[in-house]
Amino acid sequence: MKLTINGEDHQTDISVLSELLVSLEYEGDWLATAVNGELVHREDRPGFALNDLDRIEILSPMQGG
Amino acid sequence: MLDLYGTSVSSRLLLGTARYPSPAILAEAVRASKTDIVTVSLRRETAGNRTGGAFFELIRTLGVKVLPNTAGCHTVQEAVLTAKMAREVFATDWIKLEVIGNHDTLQPDVFALVEAARILTGEGFKVFPYTTDDLIVAERLLEAGCEVLMPWCAPIGSAMGPINLPALRSMRSHFPDVPLIVDAGIGRPSHAAIVMELGFDAVLLNTAVAGAADPAAMAAAFTGAIEAGRIAFHAGMIEPRDMAVPSTPVIGKAVFS
Repeated sequence: MKLTINGEDHQTDISVLSELLVSLEYEGDWLATAVNGELVHREDRPGFALNDLDRIEILSPMQGG
Repeated sequence: MLDLYGTSVSSRLLLGTARYPSPAILAEAVRASKTDIVTVSLRRETAGNRTGGAFFELIRTLGVKVLPNTAGCHTVQEAVLTAKMAREVFATDWIKLEVIGNHDTLQPDVFALVEAARILTGEGFKVFPYTTDDLIVAERLLEAGCEVLMPWCAPIGSAMGPINLPALRSMRSHFPDVPLIVDAGIGRPSHAAIVMELGFDAVLLNTAVAGAADPAAMAAAFTGAIEAGRIAFHAGMIEPRDMAVPSTPVIGKAVFS
């Protein structure tokens, strides 16, 4: 299926959010995820099913003013 | 002590963490400033990249409270989602709420700001809204549940200092019991001293320290200026006069001719 991850197109057969993060080497407890504009809590990622054309945002801390 | 949503802090300087020459210099500046609160942000993480993690670790080692922002958000939806993601990452319900209305001036979209503030306070956030010096907007933000206001004194990063002193004075006198933090536009320690002399509770700045030739020294300079302004406000300053007034008493002066 086709996903948009941080604004970029991505093809994958993985349909669970936590597994997608592992496959793409996103790791660490400092990440926040959202799918289609809704926050997906860290503890909900293992059971979160992905669908074709989902838009996924993966954010991490950075410097800010 | 300054009380922000039930948390007492001793420093009246809130320091941004962006645009420093290096992480080490950022850490030096934070320590030199003696700040209790730093602002941070969220951005898209690149796969396999641990930049966010390294920055997160640095902030953890500084032992300060974190105030995440929604910088770069232009809509209510973006700001609300970013706030929720920040709460997930930083484990705090504090949020510096920015909803930008114009790319060039980085002026807040105050209508969207009030709406986002209402949504976020309803979801348990403690909102620090980046706003203008408009009194009616300030009232709406308080009605929306904000207990702190953060008016600009000039556009973000402009370093112009307070460009509308009457508006800032008016804001202070209209909201005597609300913590008011001047956020954005400060360029020099003297600017910070001026707004503290007006009775503002604290100052939030970033570029003025990060962009200095010696950020740690500038951070210390700002801390001194902020403390001086605060003490002066409480000490009761004299008013300016049109005419000279001799400071040495005239009575008993010798007459030589």
